[in-house]
Amino acid sequence: MPRKAKIRARAAELQAFFEAAGATPVETPLLQPAEVLLDLYGEDIRGRAYVTSDTLRGEQMLRPDFTVPVVQMHMDHGAEPARYTYSGQVFRRQEDDPSRDNEYLQVGYEVFDRKKPSEADAEVFALMQEVLTPLGLRAATGDIGILKAAVAGLETTERRKQALMRHIWRPRRFRQLLDRFSGRSEVPATRSALIANQDPMQNQFPVIGLRSEAEIAARIEALKEDAKAPLLSSGQVELIEALLGVREKLPFALEHLRDIAVDMPAITEAVFRLKDRIDALSKRDVDVGNLEFEASYGRTSMEYYDGFVFGFYAPGRADLPPVATGGRYDALTRVLGQGREIPAVGGVIRPDLVLQLEGGI
Amino acid sequence: MTIKLGVPSKGRLMEKTFDWFGARDVGLSRSGSDREYAGSVEGIDGVELVLLSAGEIPRELAAGRIHLGVTGTDLVREKLGQWEQQVEELALLGFGQADLIIAVPSCWVDVDTLDDLDAAASAFRAQHGFRLRLATKYHRLVREFLRDNGVADYQLVDSQGATEGTVKNLTAEGVADITSTGDTLRANHLKILGDALVLQSQATLFRSRTASMNDAERATLKTLKTKLRLER
Repeated sequence: MPRKAKIRARAAELQAFFEAAGATPVETPLLQPAEVLLDLYGEDIRGRAYVTSDTLRGEQMLRPDFTVPVVQMHMDHGAEPARYTYSGQVFRRQEDDPSRDNEYLQVGYEVFDRKKPSEADAEVFALMQEVLTPLGLRAATGDIGILKAAVAGLETTERRKQALMRHIWRPRRFRQLLDRFSGRSEVPATRSALIANQDPMQNQFPVIGLRSEAEIAARIEALKEDAKAPLLSSGQVELIEALLGVREKLPFALEHLRDIAVDMPAITEAVFRLKDRIDALSKRDVDVGNLEFEASYGRTSMEYYDGFVFGFYAPGRADLPPVATGGRYDALTRVLGQGREIPAVGGVIRPDLVLQLEGGI
Repeated sequence: MTIKLGVPSKGRLMEKTFDWFGARDVGLSRSGSDREYAGSVEGIDGVELVLLSAGEIPRELAAGRIHLGVTGTDLVREKLGQWEQQVEELALLGFGQADLIIAVPSCWVDVDTLDDLDAAASAFRAQHGFRLRLATKYHRLVREFLRDNGVADYQLVDSQGATEGTVKNLTAEGVADITSTGDTLRANHLKILGDALVLQSQATLFRSRTASMNDAERATLKTLKTKLRLER
């Protein structure tokens, strides 16, 4: 059998497994309106997805993943609760690494269910683990929700918290903001000068462009207020750092996070949710005692995940991308649902990698 | 057989390139009328001059249709993924210096750094309902630079010329463009962000790593490199 046919056959088996677990098979168009994806991911998506266009529909993207179209489909006419499975090609630009595929199959399983998010999390993870068991993969897990709760609970201004929240998925900028807000880094000279200036709007420059004088004045006001606000305490920064540094087996991670929650009560609810998830995973026979948890996992590459996150990796094969990844994306449904929302969690498997590790290709 | 040397087909870049080669006893010239894109080479046998738009030279090098080419580092890095594996830099020619920078209206007295730009973009999007627009023709370089520096809520709009005018014409809020002196930017009431030097570019002689060569052509290249004092 040719390579592609083998991969398709393996994908069909994986999808059948998810159907047997109660999922409805769905299909989505290969071409996606670029606008929706750009609004969600920003300009960076252009570096990862193929863009094409016609004169009638404008810019279209070759499907970079299934999550967005599946969420849209569900929000348009889905009954609740719902479980979906799909199998099909996705396309990713690989301009920096020619050895990585720019087209491959994904088989996915997505759960839209308002009841017991922890049980839905466990369901998706346990199914993935079950179907991948023979491969002996290493599982990594994390929880973006804990970091979000920590940021939301910081003892500082709303504006600073919003800035940090906006950059949770950009670790470097997040770090720079923390340093700025806590006084660890120096204020740029241009900003000190601006703040010292009694009337910076009084200048010789003509106003051009769409950004109005009022908008400029509002930001100066915000900067002046920020300069007066007390620094974020080093204790608070250390707690965030301690939180981001948590990386151990799940039961120890939970203990560690509970300790942090004593000084950072804002994460208490999120830590309870982690505890619920651990219990739900145990009930589904997942060996939680040996499951890795990394608090900063999923911060760089999984921008729409905002709760539980996971990935399955082939040990000793750092050259391979993860065989499966997934997580919870409640916020994505809020953005795409325009006012409506539904808790959602899901994951995808790459059948080509499964087959490769099985020695089938 | 000959090795093909691609040179920008008009303007100062062509003249300066001719001067640079001329100073090393390789005479390049346009043959025939001013409108005809054909050229001749004196002082060395086996080298053919191909006059091309500077923007097309990176593509021709990558495709192996020319062996050598003169163009800006900016264009090579913008147009060729993993450029170092497709072309080799043989010599920086010392002219055509230009910086790829990001500029915003001078009246934005609150914006001087990328950090400011990011915050302004966030507020702009909330206010106007779309992402702050930067006009450029260097999409890949600018996008990668802004990604590496954690700037969000912006979009790149394509501008192939007169980019500095886009802000006044309300088709962009800022620009990412090449500049040598900054005069055009200032004349259009724009200022350069202090920490947004995306790339420093200059005219460069590149060698294609993909163009095939026989022994005679290889010998010609060696002779040419010796003449150009790139090899002893």
